[in-house]
Amino acid sequence: MAKEIERAGIPVAHICSIITISQTVGANRIVPAVAIPHPLGNPRLPPGEEKEVRRNLVKKALAALQTTIQEQTVFS
Amino acid sequence: MGAVSRNGKYRIVHYLNQFFGGVGGEEKADCRPFTIKGPQGPGRLLEKLFREGNADVEIVATVVCGDSYFAENQESVLREWIPVIREHRPDLVVAGPAFNAGRYGMACGAICSTLEPLGIPAVTAMFKENPGVDQYRKTALIVESANTVSGMEDAVRKMVRLGIKRLHGEEIESPQAEGCFEQGIRRNYLHADPAWRRAIDMLLRKIGGEPFETEYPIPFFDRVEPRPALPGLKGITIALVTSGGIVPTGNPDHIESSSASKFGKYSLEGLESADATTHQSAHGGYDTTYVNADPNRVLPIDVFRELEREMGFKPHPWYYATVGNGTSVDNAQKFAKEIAVELIRDGVQAVILTST
Repeated sequence: MAKEIERAGIPVAHICSIITISQTVGANRIVPAVAIPHPLGNPRLPPGEEKEVRRNLVKKALAALQTTIQEQTVFS
Repeated sequence: MGAVSRNGKYRIVHYLNQFFGGVGGEEKADCRPFTIKGPQGPGRLLEKLFREGNADVEIVATVVCGDSYFAENQESVLREWIPVIREHRPDLVVAGPAFNAGRYGMACGAICSTLEPLGIPAVTAMFKENPGVDQYRKTALIVESANTVSGMEDAVRKMVRLGIKRLHGEEIESPQAEGCFEQGIRRNYLHADPAWRRAIDMLLRKIGGEPFETEYPIPFFDRVEPRPALPGLKGITIALVTSGGIVPTGNPDHIESSSASKFGKYSLEGLESADATTHQSAHGGYDTTYVNADPNRVLPIDVFRELEREMGFKPHPWYYATVGNGTSVDNAQKFAKEIAVELIRDGVQAVILTST
């Protein structure tokens, strides 16, 4: 989906748990997430810290969208 | 090939995920690796079919690992468990079949690809759309299976056929003959017909509209050039899209928990966050306990709102969701194309896509 939306002309930042799958399917801006059952969170953290983790991931995705790249890039 | 075990049998180590290893379903996908003595689950069929093929084998151990645990800890699992597999002195390692289970396929491919350079033959099986095929077909022998477990016997039969050849050190035939995916290996051989005759024959078939098969398929790399970077965020419309199955509570569009045939479009207007009463996950491919408790863990509505105020971008008032679980590549492409048409029409300039 990342690739097809990008093909249509819209840049996509893909926040995902399994980077290798994202690379295989052809996403260009890839942001590694926390874990499969909770990519943008971590139930083991107190709520405040958990939200901070999520905030940082979304900020990373927003930064990725503002970064010029020539090829598939993992923003870790 | 390798040394036959003391009682004269070929030694096989079998790799399974938590489901086929008998631990449990998605809720156990974080299960750490462990070893079972002897065959387990599909291992029994594997042993039986090997023996029917007159190969005296014994599954000496079954290594089991949760799909999520493997995916999230691939490096350490391989580092710790490849030596464990080697200690069993296998003549052959069989992984799966993984069918269309993405994480499982990636695990099977990684294990086989790591063992081959160590001189341990390995065989696995997957459905053609499993991401493990693209990732590992060059470094692992992967036979083609159906997309669901209903193709178990056929997949195991193919693995056994190839496995026996590998045990006996026999030559592996063409991918078509073996029923496996191309590894990109070219072998020279003497053809009865000279090239000019084959070329003319092929051309005549092509002109006549008859089926023909190229002798040298052009590799197809479907990549999309990265779009230029956004010049900034102020005033830019950004949409959230997810394959993690976050839908309004009750799943109004009945998006399927696996092999989704549709996507949904849902309003974000007036939403500051999502919680257990407003949204849920329709996804059947991961344990949804944590996400149902707090859907922001897949669809980050809460921080999207905060960052909107701080950075000045405009969240698109709709988000799009589907379930990326055994969903066919064709369907995923179709969904994305339809979504993209709407996004462009609505002036969306960037997308954050979240996946589990």
